[in-house]
Amino acid sequence: MVGNSGFIERNLKYLFPLPALAFVILLMIFPVCYTLLVGFTDWNLTSGRPMRFVGLQSYRLVVRDPRFIAAIGRTCAFTLGVVIGEAVLGTIIALILNREFRGKGLLKFFLLLPLVVTPVAIGIVFNLFYDPTIGFLNFVLHAFGLPQSGWVTESATVLPSLMLVDIWQWTPMIALIVLAGLSGLSSEPFESAMVDGANGVQTFFHVTLPMIMPTVLTAIVLRAVDALKTYDIIYAMTKGGPGYSSETLNILAYKLSFEYFNLGRSSSVLVFLFLIVLLFSIGVMQLRKRFEV
Amino acid sequence: MKKSPLFNLFFFLLILIIVIPMLFPFLWMFMSSFKSQIDIISWPPQFVFKPIIGNYQKVFGEQNFLLYLKNSSVVGFSAVFLSLIIGLPASYSIARFGQKKLLMLILVARLMPGISFLMPWYIVFSRIRLMDSYTALILSHMLITLPVVVWIMSAYFETIPLEMEASAMVDGATRQRAFFSIILPLSMPGVVTSTTLSFIFSWNNFMFSQVLSMEKTRTLPIAVYNFMSYAEVDWGGVMAAAVAIVTPAIILTMIFQKYVVKGLTVGAVKG
Repeated sequence: MVGNSGFIERNLKYLFPLPALAFVILLMIFPVCYTLLVGFTDWNLTSGRPMRFVGLQSYRLVVRDPRFIAAIGRTCAFTLGVVIGEAVLGTIIALILNREFRGKGLLKFFLLLPLVVTPVAIGIVFNLFYDPTIGFLNFVLHAFGLPQSGWVTESATVLPSLMLVDIWQWTPMIALIVLAGLSGLSSEPFESAMVDGANGVQTFFHVTLPMIMPTVLTAIVLRAVDALKTYDIIYAMTKGGPGYSSETLNILAYKLSFEYFNLGRSSSVLVFLFLIVLLFSIGVMQLRKRFEV
Repeated sequence: MKKSPLFNLFFFLLILIIVIPMLFPFLWMFMSSFKSQIDIISWPPQFVFKPIIGNYQKVFGEQNFLLYLKNSSVVGFSAVFLSLIIGLPASYSIARFGQKKLLMLILVARLMPGISFLMPWYIVFSRIRLMDSYTALILSHMLITLPVVVWIMSAYFETIPLEMEASAMVDGATRQRAFFSIILPLSMPGVVTSTTLSFIFSWNNFMFSQVLSMEKTRTLPIAVYNFMSYAEVDWGGVMAAAVAIVTPAIILTMIFQKYVVKGLTVGAVKG
C-alpha cells in the first residue's frame, strides 16, 4: 500500500492530468485530425461512393465557390461589427458604472442575464421583435413616423439585424470584464493627473484608456473567438437566409456537413474558419503586447 | 467629488438607458407567454391584455416537454460531474507544475469550431450505434464543460498558497491526500463557479444536441427551436417554452451571482 501511494505521489504530475488528457486526445485531437484528413477527400455521404483522396481539390473547389467567398466576407463583417460595437458600448457602460451607488448589485445581476440565457430563446424573442407585421420594432419605427424595415426577412437588413442581437447579448460581458479591470486600478495616476491640472477628457484619454486597454483587448479576443463562430442565434433566427444572405462560415460548414453531407467540402471550409480564428487571436494578442510595456 | 441633485438625476437617467433595452426582451418574452395568439398578432402591440395560462398548459401538457427537461438536466449534470472528476486533478497539476502546454491544449477546445468535432463524432457514433444516446450527448457536452472547469480551476488553485499542502505533507500525508483533504475543501468557491457556469453552457448548447440527439434524448434548446419551425408560429407557445428554458439559468445566476461574474471575467483581468 505504502509503495503504491509513493508511486502515485512521485508521478502525480503525470497521473493527475492523465484522464483529462486522454479525454481531450480521444474526443478532440483525433476528431480534428480526422476532419483535416477528410478535407483532402471527395467524401460525400449521399453519393454512396467510398471516399477517395483527391489532394487539394476540395480546397480548390471551395475557394472558387462564390458562396464560400461571400460567407467569409459576412463572417468577418459580422465579427468586426459586433466586436467593435460591444467593445465601445461595453467600455462606456463600465465607465458609467464604475462608482458606488445604491442598486449596483442588482444592476450587475441584470448585466448577467443576457449572458446566461439560451441563445436559441433569445433568437426567438428577437424574431418576434423583428416580425415585419406584428413586431415591436416596426411599431416603434411607425410611431416615430419612420419607414418600416423588413429586418431579418430582407437580405439587405438581415446581417445588421443579427449583429444587433449579438451586441445586445454580449455587450454586458465586455462591460463586466472592463469593470473588473477598472476596480483593480490604483488611484495614483489619477491623482497625479489631477494635480497636473488635467481635465476629465484629458484624464480619460491619457490615463484611464491606456490603463484599461490590455483588459479591453483581452475581452475583445475572447469575444471575437466566439463571434467568428456564432451559430445558435443565426441558425435559430434565419438558418442563414433569406437565400444565403446571412450564411456565415460556420452555418455554411454545418449545411455542407449535415444537410448536403458533403464532408470533404465542409472540412476545407472548417480549416479556413479555424485559420481565421487563429490569425485574429494572434493579431489582437500582438496588439495587446504593445500596451504591456 | 460632491454630487449635486442634477448629477444624480442625470446618472439615474443614464442607468435607465442601459437597463431598459437590456431587460425589455425578457419582459416581452414573459408577457407574450401569457398572451393569446390574437393578442400577440394584434397591431399595435398590446401592453395591456387578459393573461391566460393556456400556453404553459400546452407546452407542458401536449408536448414531450418534461422528457426534454429531464434530458437537458441529465446531460448537463453528468457532463459537469464527469468534467469535475477529470478536470480538478488536471487543473491542480497545471497550477502546481506549471503545465502551460496542457492548459493550452485543453483551451484549444474553446477555439475550435464545434463542427470540426461534430462531423467525426456523427460518423463514429452512428457506426457504433450511439446516436440518440445519453453517452454520446454527455461526451460531447464534456468538451464544453471541461475547458470551463480547467480554465477556472487552474487559475483558482494558483491563488492557494503552496504552504497549505506543504504543511500537510510535513505531517506525513501524501500529496494526493493533501489535495483531496485540504486543497479541494479550500477550493469550494472555485468549484461552485465552474460548476454553475459549465452547467449553464451545457444547458444552452444547441449545435451538439441538434446533430447527436433525436426524439429519445432531445434537449430543451432543440425542443424550443422545433416549436418555431411549424408553418404558422404559435408565438404564445414558443414564448412559454422560452420562459421555461431561461428560468433555470436565471435562478442559478441569481443564487450564484458573485461566482458567475468571477467565472466570466477570470483570466481577462490580471489579478
